[in-house]
Amino acid sequence: MSDYVYLFRISEEAQREAMGTPERAQERMKAWLAWMRDLEAKGHLKERGQPLDRAGKVVRGRKRMISDGPYVEVKDLVAGYIVVSAKDLAEAATLSEGCPILEGDGSVEIRPILAMSF
Amino acid sequence: MELSEHLFRHEYGRIVAALTRIFGVHNLALAEDVLQDAFCRALEVWKARGLPDNPAAWLMTTAKNRALDIVRRQQTARTFAPEVARLLETEWTRASVIDEAFAAPAIRDEQLRMMFSCCHPDLPEEVRIALVLNILCGFGAHEIANAFLTRRAAIEKRIARGKKTLASASRLFDLADAEFTSRLSTVRRALYLLFNEGYHGASAKAAVRVDLCEEAMRLIALLREHPPAASPETFALSALMCLHAARLPARLDAAGDLHPLLDQDRSRWNARLIEQGRDLLAQSAAGDEVTAYHLEAAIAAAHAEAPSVDETDWTTIVWLYDRLLAIEPSPVIALNRAIAIAQRDGPDRGLEAMDAIADRDRLDAYPFYRAALGELELRRGRFDAARDHFGAALPLARNPTERRFLEKRLRACSDV
Repeated sequence: MSDYVYLFRISEEAQREAMGTPERAQERMKAWLAWMRDLEAKGHLKERGQPLDRAGKVVRGRKRMISDGPYVEVKDLVAGYIVVSAKDLAEAATLSEGCPILEGDGSVEIRPILAMSF
Repeated sequence: MELSEHLFRHEYGRIVAALTRIFGVHNLALAEDVLQDAFCRALEVWKARGLPDNPAAWLMTTAKNRALDIVRRQQTARTFAPEVARLLETEWTRASVIDEAFAAPAIRDEQLRMMFSCCHPDLPEEVRIALVLNILCGFGAHEIANAFLTRRAAIEKRIARGKKTLASASRLFDLADAEFTSRLSTVRRALYLLFNEGYHGASAKAAVRVDLCEEAMRLIALLREHPPAASPETFALSALMCLHAARLPARLDAAGDLHPLLDQDRSRWNARLIEQGRDLLAQSAAGDEVTAYHLEAAIAAAHAEAPSVDETDWTTIVWLYDRLLAIEPSPVIALNRAIAIAQRDGPDRGLEAMDAIADRDRLDAYPFYRAALGELELRRGRFDAARDHFGAALPLARNPTERRFLEKRLRACSDV
């Protein structure tokens, strides 16, 4: 088994749309809790990650240019991450298919954590 | 731990109320923004850390903190609710004003004021109901459109129009206003229509219907808890809602099939709601006025007390319908009266009463008028006439539930 980071990305607009009415928020929350529970039950959930605030700052380059939030440059913000353990990258990709963020037109970026051999 | 059903929707109206008390009704859009933000945060935090012990309180606190933050940062840029604006200016009183707005009594008062404001006399009835559902019950335009079988764009227009009227007022309705009594009757009427939409309405989804009925019952409970609003008429309407809601489980079965009163499995009626309805009806007798709500509740109570259709006191029910018609002449009430007469005196007398309905043409688009004629003809053994009536009712069905019901009745005309 190897470990993979799932980076969840979604535009602020899509996220607001997904949580736009109480009923939609309810459905989305239910879907996330169910998906996480399922990963956990099957022994794939290695770390639950940390919630990230959407506001922030980006510091860039030698001039240490500071800008407000990552949203100036990218459409889809990183909304959070978890660590999943899977047999291989293919299985990690399959496991991500049930992720509710995809319903809101977001994405899951799957990155293997490099195994340290020494 | 499981996410409780409709958690977000149930908290929505309460949090909007608290936020409006701080921001003012002209900043309703800001309050809605804060809520959406709280929902987004909840998603991020709960999925990483699991559900908090008290999700409702979590949402409330998150919205409260955000409100404090906004008041601090936008102090000079915005004007907030005139009632508290001065107190929000200084750090000494700011936090306590915001705490107070989120306390239960303030939330209840503010929901009442919001309800009274939504029922502004300048707004058409359908706008009032859409506003109440949207702001106080947390229904999105899409859900309201589904419940009323209306296009989403039309509902959005209603809500936008209503919010414009709300925002143009400098503050919410004052519960001590001289207009209180007249506005109260408009509020009751809106809740009555909201309940009826759930009970008789167009939506084919039983769950949607139950939701609407429950929301109307939740809001009328707020009226009962506020003494000046807790009049005999309010109790009568509450009783009527309970007694009708008690029949809902038998009215729509698990398969979504419709069972009219005469054909319901009475063991499925909700005994707790019947008892509550009876208590409320007893309390409604305090005054000397008999309103339409009293009479409708009394009719529902007469049904609730009868162990079967045959053991129903149809004489009393016809008498109650007579009185109801005198107060509120309506062809639908006259139709129900004719059905009661048929139960008391047989189908011939019932058909005569149907024939005598004033404004009968107003029932032309109502499927259950032709269906009732069909039912009575069927009882008289005139199958061809019955088939014609059910056949005419079928294209008037507003949803698959009604269609299935009428098709079943149509088949019954041939089966015999």
